[in-house]
Amino acid sequence: MALTGSPPPGSFARTGRGARLLGGGRSGTVISTASTLVVLGALAAIFLLAPGARAVEHAFFSPPHMWQSFIGNPRQGYYSVGAAIWLNIRMFVVAEILILALALLIALIRQSTHPALFPIRILGTGYVDFFRGVPLILVIFAIGLGIPALSLPVLSTQSNVMYGVAALVLSYSAYVSEVYRAGLNSVHQSQVAAARSLGLPHRQALRYVILPQALRNIIPPLLNDFISLQKDTALVGVLGTIEANKAADIYSEQVFNFSSFTVAAILFLILTIPLARFTDRLIERDRRRRLAGATP
Amino acid sequence: MSAGGEASLPVAGHEAIRIEGLHKSFGANEVLKGIDLAVATHEVVCLIGASGSGKSTLLRCVNLLEPINSGRISLWGQEVTGPGIDPNLVRRHVGIVFQAFNLFPHMTVLRNVTLAPAKVRRVSRAEAEAEARALLARFGLADKEADFPDRLSGGQQQRVAIVRALAMKPQIMLLDEVTSALDPELVAEVLDVIRELAATGMTMVIATHEMGFARDIARRVCFLEEGRIIEDAPPAELFTSPRDERTRRFLRRIVDAGRL
Repeated sequence: MALTGSPPPGSFARTGRGARLLGGGRSGTVISTASTLVVLGALAAIFLLAPGARAVEHAFFSPPHMWQSFIGNPRQGYYSVGAAIWLNIRMFVVAEILILALALLIALIRQSTHPALFPIRILGTGYVDFFRGVPLILVIFAIGLGIPALSLPVLSTQSNVMYGVAALVLSYSAYVSEVYRAGLNSVHQSQVAAARSLGLPHRQALRYVILPQALRNIIPPLLNDFISLQKDTALVGVLGTIEANKAADIYSEQVFNFSSFTVAAILFLILTIPLARFTDRLIERDRRRRLAGATP
Repeated sequence: MSAGGEASLPVAGHEAIRIEGLHKSFGANEVLKGIDLAVATHEVVCLIGASGSGKSTLLRCVNLLEPINSGRISLWGQEVTGPGIDPNLVRRHVGIVFQAFNLFPHMTVLRNVTLAPAKVRRVSRAEAEAEARALLARFGLADKEADFPDRLSGGQQQRVAIVRALAMKPQIMLLDEVTSALDPELVAEVLDVIRELAATGMTMVIATHEMGFARDIARRVCFLEEGRIIEDAPPAELFTSPRDERTRRFLRRIVDAGRL
């Protein structure tokens, strides 16, 4: 086969359907809007045309029931799901702060290399293995029922909310410590060498050089775990604590309508979506700041 | 091994670095197999040799970044590889610059330079910044202080790395192939900075592949091969009439590659 000088003009032009569909930016927007409408329409059709559509609509999406369960009515024997979500938020915030601290401690212990810390390192590894392996709901039961049964002073007389938060902290710290560890490992050893070579002691090298870079790298997985934690505060309801999911559960048992769960689901969505967008903004801001090269 | 060096050893008190019988292994791999080297105050010594000959490891040992297996390193007559030594105190006097710059990517140029003075030397932030600005200006980086490292060229990054080390006011500078990661047209600006440092009388040990530069700047050149100093001589002697066959073979390869 002879080698010719150059391919003939027009050899690289797109031909056929792709040429029309993937043309300019404006038609791209039109296409994405149209495809979104088609997909949403198809989903709505499946839902609305199903044989049991009316029954499901009444059981899960009844506006009067949704409103009743949202505002609650103690005289009728059910609580406000809207008020109960506050407890989820409070549990989440307290647990998150404690998790961030405890998980960092565990990660640093597991990353330490000093021979004298060997027994603590083993304990840290055992801790992570145990709490990552045991289902959260079992941890909540074990703490919420087991600690009071021990009849210890102070420890055994706490509220179910406290036991629930303790269980969340113990379980999630195991996961989050692994996220921290991945972050610490993502910072190259040469950064440690550079910091130490300037005379910074280990602790300061960690604080000013390693941790800031590690945290930047793990913000997305960290926030992902926290979105998960927000939802899992609902599990504390198994101890009888009136959080949003438990309140919805009580409503459905009293009134025989599941719309209260829909309310709880919407409230959880309202909580988690802003966190997700906040994560996106943090990442974008960091990226732009570094590209712009401006002073922070 | 150090026969060439011993005759010209400076008198005690003027000796900045003394390395004796230094052995260093990474696992089963012995990288330094008995290094003896003395460097006088204000002296510039270049280490040459193929990759893997132990140049970088030797420099990292002097900065105490690598624990040694045996032998000893003394600075100004005080042993620093023995027990009871605080490596952080030693490192305040010994700056090191790495091949890959190793700047802190999450900090501006100014913060990169002021971090160690502020936290280790504990000078005030204002004073640290004033010193840093003076150093940055001296090396042509005055307008870069607010930039993050990834906005700079390789040559600029390496000059910032040199400034960062100098901000600790070290008496010894160790330079580990500081131009090896640079595009050829950026090498000169970094070498100029090192020449200026040498002119101020800075004691330096420089691992380098730039033979022309080594010939210009070094008072002594050491050729390393497989963890040993094969030859230690003034550059005029080592580059023109090397005594050891292994040095000759190495230099011939460099000449063939068009780098001398």
